[in-house]
Amino acid sequence: MQNKTIKTWSWVHKWSSLVCTAFMLLLCLTGLPLIFHHEIEHLTGMAVEAPPMPEGTPRVSLDKLLMVAKAQHPDRVVQFLFPDEDDANVWFATMTPTPAPTDDFRSVVMDARTGEVLAQPRYDEGFMYVMFKLHVDLFAGLPGMLFLGVMGLLLLVAIVSGVVLYGPFTRKLDFGTVRRENSRRVKWLDLHNLLGIVTLVWLSVVGITGVINTLADPLIKYWQYDQLSTVLQPYQGKPAVPETERASLQGSLDAALRQVPGMQLSFIAFPGTAYSSPHHNTVFLKGNEPFTSRLIQPVLVDAQTNEVTAAPPSPWYINTLLVSQPLHFGDYGGRPMQIVWAVLDVATIIVLGSGLYLWLAKPQGATRRRRAQSTQADESAVVS
Amino acid sequence: MSEQQQELSGKAIWTWPIVLGVLTLVGLIAALFSDGGLGDMLAGLCLWVPALVGLWYGWLRRYRAN
Repeated sequence: MQNKTIKTWSWVHKWSSLVCTAFMLLLCLTGLPLIFHHEIEHLTGMAVEAPPMPEGTPRVSLDKLLMVAKAQHPDRVVQFLFPDEDDANVWFATMTPTPAPTDDFRSVVMDARTGEVLAQPRYDEGFMYVMFKLHVDLFAGLPGMLFLGVMGLLLLVAIVSGVVLYGPFTRKLDFGTVRRENSRRVKWLDLHNLLGIVTLVWLSVVGITGVINTLADPLIKYWQYDQLSTVLQPYQGKPAVPETERASLQGSLDAALRQVPGMQLSFIAFPGTAYSSPHHNTVFLKGNEPFTSRLIQPVLVDAQTNEVTAAPPSPWYINTLLVSQPLHFGDYGGRPMQIVWAVLDVATIIVLGSGLYLWLAKPQGATRRRRAQSTQADESAVVS
Repeated sequence: MSEQQQELSGKAIWTWPIVLGVLTLVGLIAALFSDGGLGDMLAGLCLWVPALVGLWYGWLRRYRAN
């Protein structure tokens, strides 16, 4: 590769990295506890478990659960109702002042066999909430998410340019060589290159899926416009169906499961909420296999009559979004996967930190520059 | 270890990075299609290799050399 080409790629690598490094460090640091959120919730008492009861104990109807949740917060509406991923006897109701999207929510956790309230944990405060918000949107909503998405794109540019530079920079070094006998800066350059190349594919996948996740809100809005606007045309402009006029919620779920047999419930979105229409209980079903359980099938059930209005299959961009989530979170392959995710996350922190160090510790002064040019030709390209 | 002066071939430079990259991809995809069992074990194994390679060359090999 010609010197001019190397200089151009070095410039791209330096500036794409520098602009996104602070935010990437923040994402790596806040991502670390999020990898273990289940475990942390258990340790801090945030996790809710249902008491043991004989196998096959019948469950109460969803209408009963809905009534129990509403009794806890009569001034609020239920936006979503869903079972716990690991224990279908534990159900959550998300309650907000209005059906509109908001951060002001309460969670009521119920035992599906007795209808008793198990807990009302606050998921909108505390350490994990702060980590989550900093990681997802910097407490700035959609603009914050999109901003982090742009930073993620810059990270991908930094990764690509780093790969281009890896060849010229290591062309005289066996794989894994770390020149400790040279200056501290050379040692950190070698560590930066080594950890950068071993985490390359992992960080690329986490980066790409992270960028896709930042587009979740616009993608869901586009999905509604793209696939549901025709179906929902007759209901346009109508207010959400009043609670007194709604048919049985259990009936809605049963109708959805009859429409698409062989699936199980992921969550129910109530009329007027972001994932439904003003006139429907939208029942989101998921598959029973490991892979299909990550994909969803929405079924729009008329909230007044419990008739299924539509069950459009999820389009490719929604499926891409859903598959991106486990690939980004890393909590989909058991404990060993979580731990290796954390190790690779720490390796990324070292890559980012060493990149910053290499820029800050750039040789100053003509003498040092001359010496650097004569003895470390390839080192100068990465940071100049 | 001494710094080499001769340039390595493209194959010598890229073999390890490509092997580690392919392992990572296999690991990421294997876990998507499994729920416990063999798939998760394969995923863990494939992802631990690059992590351990970084740890070995970055830090552990130095201690052994010492």
